[in-house]
Amino acid sequence: MIDTLRLTAEDAAGLLERGEASGDELAGAYLDAIEARDPELHAYLHVVGEQGEGVPIAHKDVITTKGIPTTAGSKILLGYTPVFDSTVAARCKEAGLPILGKTNLDELAMGSSTENSAFGPTRNPWDPERVPGGSSGGSAAAVAGGLAPWALGTDTGGSVKQPASLCGVVGLRPTYGTVSRYGIVAFASSLDQVGPLTKTVRDNARLYEIIAGQDPCDSTTVELPEPVAIPEGEDLTGVRIGVPKEMNEAEGIDPGVSASVNAAIRLAEELGADVEETSLPRSVDYGLACYYLVAPAEASSNLARYDGVRYGHRAAVDGDLTALYARTRWEGFGAEPKRRILLGTYALSAGYYDAYYGQAQKVRTVIAREHAAAFERFDVLVSPTSPTVAFRIGEKAENPLAMYLSDLLTIPANMAGLPGLSIPCGLSDGLPVGLQLIGPQFSENALFRVGHALERALGFDFVPERLR
Amino acid sequence: MAITREDVLHVAALARLEIPEGEVEGVREQLGAILEAVGKVSELDLADVEPTSHPLDLVNQWAEDEPRPSLPREEALANAPDPADGSFRVPAVGG
Amino acid sequence: MNGWEPVIGLEIHVQLKTRTKMFCRCENVWGEEPNTRTCPVCLAHPGTLPVPNKTAIEWTVKLGLALDCEIAERALFHRKNYFYPDLPKGYQISQYDVPLCSEGRFVVPGPDGDREIGIVRAHLEEDAAKTIHVGGAAGRIHGAEYSLVDFNRGGTPLVEIVAKPDVRSGEEARRFLQLLRQTVIELDISDAEMEKGSLRCDANVSVRKAGEEGYRTKTELKNMNSFKFVADGIAVEVERQIARYQAGEEVMQQTLHFDPQTGTIAPLRSKEEAHDYRYFPEPDLVAVAPPADMVERARAEIGELPAARIRRLEAEVDLDLAYGLVTSGRDALYARVPGDDRRAVANVLMNQLAAAGVDPAAVDGAELGRLVAARETIPRQTFLDALGASADPDFTADPYLAETTVSDAAALDPVIDGILAANPGQVEAYRGGKEGLLGFFVGQVMKETQGKADARVVNERLREKLNA
Repeated sequence: MIDTLRLTAEDAAGLLERGEASGDELAGAYLDAIEARDPELHAYLHVVGEQGEGVPIAHKDVITTKGIPTTAGSKILLGYTPVFDSTVAARCKEAGLPILGKTNLDELAMGSSTENSAFGPTRNPWDPERVPGGSSGGSAAAVAGGLAPWALGTDTGGSVKQPASLCGVVGLRPTYGTVSRYGIVAFASSLDQVGPLTKTVRDNARLYEIIAGQDPCDSTTVELPEPVAIPEGEDLTGVRIGVPKEMNEAEGIDPGVSASVNAAIRLAEELGADVEETSLPRSVDYGLACYYLVAPAEASSNLARYDGVRYGHRAAVDGDLTALYARTRWEGFGAEPKRRILLGTYALSAGYYDAYYGQAQKVRTVIAREHAAAFERFDVLVSPTSPTVAFRIGEKAENPLAMYLSDLLTIPANMAGLPGLSIPCGLSDGLPVGLQLIGPQFSENALFRVGHALERALGFDFVPERLR
Repeated sequence: MAITREDVLHVAALARLEIPEGEVEGVREQLGAILEAVGKVSELDLADVEPTSHPLDLVNQWAEDEPRPSLPREEALANAPDPADGSFRVPAVGG
Repeated sequence: MNGWEPVIGLEIHVQLKTRTKMFCRCENVWGEEPNTRTCPVCLAHPGTLPVPNKTAIEWTVKLGLALDCEIAERALFHRKNYFYPDLPKGYQISQYDVPLCSEGRFVVPGPDGDREIGIVRAHLEEDAAKTIHVGGAAGRIHGAEYSLVDFNRGGTPLVEIVAKPDVRSGEEARRFLQLLRQTVIELDISDAEMEKGSLRCDANVSVRKAGEEGYRTKTELKNMNSFKFVADGIAVEVERQIARYQAGEEVMQQTLHFDPQTGTIAPLRSKEEAHDYRYFPEPDLVAVAPPADMVERARAEIGELPAARIRRLEAEVDLDLAYGLVTSGRDALYARVPGDDRRAVANVLMNQLAAAGVDPAAVDGAELGRLVAARETIPRQTFLDALGASADPDFTADPYLAETTVSDAAALDPVIDGILAANPGQVEAYRGGKEGLLGFFVGQVMKETQGKADARVVNERLREKLNA
């Protein structure tokens, strides 16, 4: 009997290697778990159940999969079946990872709760009344709920890190440019990155190793400067950890979250790290505003291709082309994408560009410089991943600005193109708390090392209490 | 810089989104609130700061001019809502 | 022009003949079945990304150097956002404030010496797809029932050249375009055929009083698909504007279409909304910093420019012939043909040799020189036959030069007398005043002598005998 709630991807690979389970048996165990628990969790939009001899995987439904519907959680892509594979899907395929299915998400990756999915919300395996975070909430819930050994998500403003935090799993947002975006339904091109969601840091490093590296189809990618190192040690001697006070004392951080994070920081010190307070004043103060200009502006342009001409939804209209476009897009997009398209269009339009988009691009420079200065003194910066634990479904649905605050702490590093790893570091009110580790560009190995050491020392049980 | 109803309609027209009459005011209020929040970026004096449009400082990422196979036409048209004569059919422009 | 000065700014689009498209590797070919040269990238499927064509960049640099432009150290691509079915992404990747080439000049020799036309910029962009309007009159937009979009041309590389408003007449615009066309053909970067659309020209036209500072309202002339139409269209528009000012009326800013059939100008239907292209830096592409070796390689491939050659030739033949030789690509052969009468050489190359349709590059200059020198002494038909054969690999003038013209009156008189005797009716008519019949008698003599008679002598003798 395979316990998918407990089994890590490495464990699963071990079963296959030792011949203790066949690929079909392994995938079958996950399909059984999906059948048992997904009606409640709704982590999946589309269960595929491919046969294969590797450790199966779930892909967020913005990851293009040839011959398998890819909706991005939007009605605008209903009926669309890709004729090509995204690079990450192709790399997973080459590595022999069969696809379990496509996971739920906030429509077009826009959101922090997965409530914005056009096909209904995903529920948090720790408490089905609560959100799993987002936008990669389906992938995070699938891993936490034992419905996939590992999964891929995408992270623009925090969409891997934040749901990982809320679901008690490990999530990596890699350095911009290390993982191909080819075939990832685009939200904000200068921010989007694919990242792994896993139960352990070692699983995370293994999946990152499979997907990372330069891709000739994405001219913004680079080769990794060093191979991925699967972390082993538990010692943090000599590691310099900075604690940006604005990110740890920001208004709105739950006391329970702070307590868990502070405990983890103390533990790092016990493991030999040099811990010191530091400051990122403007990154935190201006990061969110900067993000909500840059991302919607790019989104407004990226989403222009959904016009009902070549694929996807097309409104039934008696009228000219302009009417067809306007009706198709109004019907096809949900409230959040429409809001961001309008916001982004405004920010780019004549007379407002300099004040909004142009200024935001400069703030980006400021944020990058502030982080670069911090990394002259520190190897890693730490903070809570999310200011809060998982909130109740519906709690913030009517207030976009409150929802946007969920990404307050993940956004600054994203604006600077930096990698960030979220690991579970404890519980607050019985719900997981995430610790965010941020490093300089291409420092994934350092993040894995620190994350792994802390993970061992923390001994967090990733199986949701109510399912144990 | 309050956003007006005309601004909303102008932006919606640019973005090809047909906002039903009854929803324009709601959209205006939401956009106004968000714009007020994001307008915070203008507090900083950044006249001498270069904009960042890319996190990595890369140049000259390009491909050699060597053809690769195109899609068979059936595949190109497979997802088309209204294929006709080997092409994508659309209503007359501005008709 | 009675005191009015035309001010003409040209915008030229040159389609590059790279093997593949600008941002994907579909073949860049013309005339294939619709939608057989497309891929997920040029159909703008979700998640696809552009990868620039290195050759297109190098060729644009080469063209920029030929236009004496500055080559940007770090050029950017921008997105130009607007909706149209021929634009699958909802934006065109183009260049905006940092084009590859800027601040150049192009010399156009004219009757009053060299005119230097400033070049504002030459930038690289992708072409739109082809839209066929079905129903309605003759494929025009107006009244069409629907349109069919063919993406074969979509995404092919296009260089846009923007000239300063330095051109002063339709004729000068024609010379500019002819020289530019010849330049890109010699650079081997485009086939530059106006009928095929691989060379397109729009003109911004205004007029002002001689000596007046600044510019008046301009109109944009579009769709002029031949050199003649460019010259004629501009001339008609200049006259129209002057007439309006002289009648005390204003010129409206509008886009116009020149109808070469009727020689009239009509406004194109104005778009209902003002353009706001919301340019912003293309986040899917990185900057282009043309490396020194690329620039030097491009520079080395540029030969002597057509304008410089026209200036040299003008000393030997007149301006029109010099333009003709250079813009037809015959000036290299001209240089290889010996002979003192340079105008005669030029005329033969531009007229009889051109009519013979032979490849100038394959012609042996020395042999052609012998033919040109003997053109008065060998029969006309022999001369034409020789030209027709002049590109054959083993061509020599010898057998043709052996066939000399019969110019001895004593030898021709019997033939002439015979013709006159055989046609008494025509002789009577001629003598009665129908002098046009002379040609008939010449033809008869030529027929009788198999074209070997010297036409000048035949004419002389016929007149003498008929008028006797």
